[in-house]
Amino acid sequence: MNIVIPIKQVPETSNVKMDEETGTMKREGVESIINPLDLYAIETGIQLKEKYGGKITVITMGPPSADKALKEAIAMGCDDGILLSGREFAGSDTWATSYALSEAIREIGDFDLILAGERATDGDTGQVGPGIASWLDLTLSTYTSKVVDLNLVEDEEVNYTNVEQDSIIVERMVEDGYEKLELPLPALLTVVKEISFPRLPTLRGKQRSRKVEIPQWNLGNLDLKEEYLGLQGSPTRVVNIDHPKVTRGGTIIDVREDGNVEEAVSKLIDYLKAKELV
Amino acid sequence: MEYKGVWTLGEARDGEIKEVSFELLSRGRKLADKLDEELVSVILGDQISDQQAEELIKSGADKVLLMNAPALKDFIVENYSNVLQDLIEEYKPEIILAAATTMGRTVMPYIAIRTNAGLTADCTDLDIEEDTGNLLQTRPAIGGNILATIKTPNHRPQMATVRPHSTKPAVKDESRTGEIVHLKLDSSLLDGRVKKLGFRKNEGDAVNIQDADVVAAGGKGLKKGENFAMIRELAGYFEGAVGASRDAVDRDWISYPYQVGLSGKTVTPKLYFAVGISGAIQHLAGMKTSENIIAVNVDPDADIFKVSDFGIVGDLFEIIPELNKQLAEEVK
Repeated sequence: MNIVIPIKQVPETSNVKMDEETGTMKREGVESIINPLDLYAIETGIQLKEKYGGKITVITMGPPSADKALKEAIAMGCDDGILLSGREFAGSDTWATSYALSEAIREIGDFDLILAGERATDGDTGQVGPGIASWLDLTLSTYTSKVVDLNLVEDEEVNYTNVEQDSIIVERMVEDGYEKLELPLPALLTVVKEISFPRLPTLRGKQRSRKVEIPQWNLGNLDLKEEYLGLQGSPTRVVNIDHPKVTRGGTIIDVREDGNVEEAVSKLIDYLKAKELV
Repeated sequence: MEYKGVWTLGEARDGEIKEVSFELLSRGRKLADKLDEELVSVILGDQISDQQAEELIKSGADKVLLMNAPALKDFIVENYSNVLQDLIEEYKPEIILAAATTMGRTVMPYIAIRTNAGLTADCTDLDIEEDTGNLLQTRPAIGGNILATIKTPNHRPQMATVRPHSTKPAVKDESRTGEIVHLKLDSSLLDGRVKKLGFRKNEGDAVNIQDADVVAAGGKGLKKGENFAMIRELAGYFEGAVGASRDAVDRDWISYPYQVGLSGKTVTPKLYFAVGISGAIQHLAGMKTSENIIAVNVDPDADIFKVSDFGIVGDLFEIIPELNKQLAEEVK
């Protein structure tokens, strides 16, 4: 069971506070971390590896410093890392990013499953996972919340429904419930938080990750169509960035001192009435 | 052939067209009028009646491309994207809008790759650029801290998913007329690899929180799971849904489908109550575009008050029961 996990390095925003003046996020000195939603994919991969064997390759596209994210994933229990890095990738949108990652995964070759986070917390698109499945013509389950079972043809004890091909049975979280799907492998799953609880890196893992060589792949050593890469390969263009003010300056009533809860609540009811919400 | 016309991708379940389909039409109508082009609603499913399809026309569609087939009853991305890609290649629409739902956010990226189209996720505003006629797509990113405007200058179609509830469904005009085109499924387009084995509906009172007009959410300040009872009561007065912060979900007070925020759901209801929620940036990312935000928290410095329209600083165990009491009187 060989697994590939594409991850992304994003700015750490959990301790970020809002700027009182501008109402925007304070970004100075913000560290880079593994996209928090990718950790669920990494944990799911490690659990599958523990059960079925095989190896996990993590891959990312980013600046040379993004190898830190790969090393962190290796410290958690992944085996190898590959960094796609080069000026030719700069300005990639989700179309171009999915292309480059797909070609790199094709080069890795021997895989049964690709696991990805639902989306990255910076770009928030959730388009790269399904995009990779589309490029590689893999079966796809998005918003996967549970791996129910894995049916491997060579495993004679399992009574599987698909006798010709290995398959994975999953649940995916949709608006009003959970769908259960059977996907022949190789498949791509994008996962949500519910699927697993990410472990912390171990000391042994950290020691190992320091020794692991992370190869850098790019146009020089990977067979890529240059016209599909970076800004020139990207159909979309960002034409404007706005920083909306989030501070609303609403009415705040403090009842801690006077204890006049009834009056405060009745003012709230008046507010709701004025807005025609009651 | 030149790319022309605006498409909206409707959604249906069990032959019923979902509300988001009508929201997309109000977005699409505006764009089609600006371009002076046709608005087409495309809908795949099983046993969707002409009467249902007429509702799309009354809501602004000039034409409905309707494909009914038992094999399309369930959304299977491989099948839907093959069928839609085939239709796109035949009809060549200039713009395709889908809802940013679990379906739209799955099928659109799959198709965009294969048609070499530009795709923008989870848009909250759409417009047409005056000189070029390009689609201008505005979307929040980095947890709602920036608003990016994106366009696709040289590729067609231009595709976007639109955040549900970011616009009202189109007002129906009973006198509107249009054409319903019944399409036949070419079964060679069915992929056949993935099988749907079952469906489990959310348990209990779980309404889809992204569909609710009112969400009452509780957080760490509730102190224990049982205290969600008063949040449920509060939501009940508005026939609304219950939500929760990550803290509450991580403590197992309530299950993950209720989680609002960066690693949960993004909601944009008319009214959002944040009770005992301090307002970590991840939570704000999931709710700060709500129309009206009411916060109740004991900490006057909690970030939630910065995004609230109305806040009460104090003990929620006094305030919420009083609020429920006064609401009960109002509802009577």
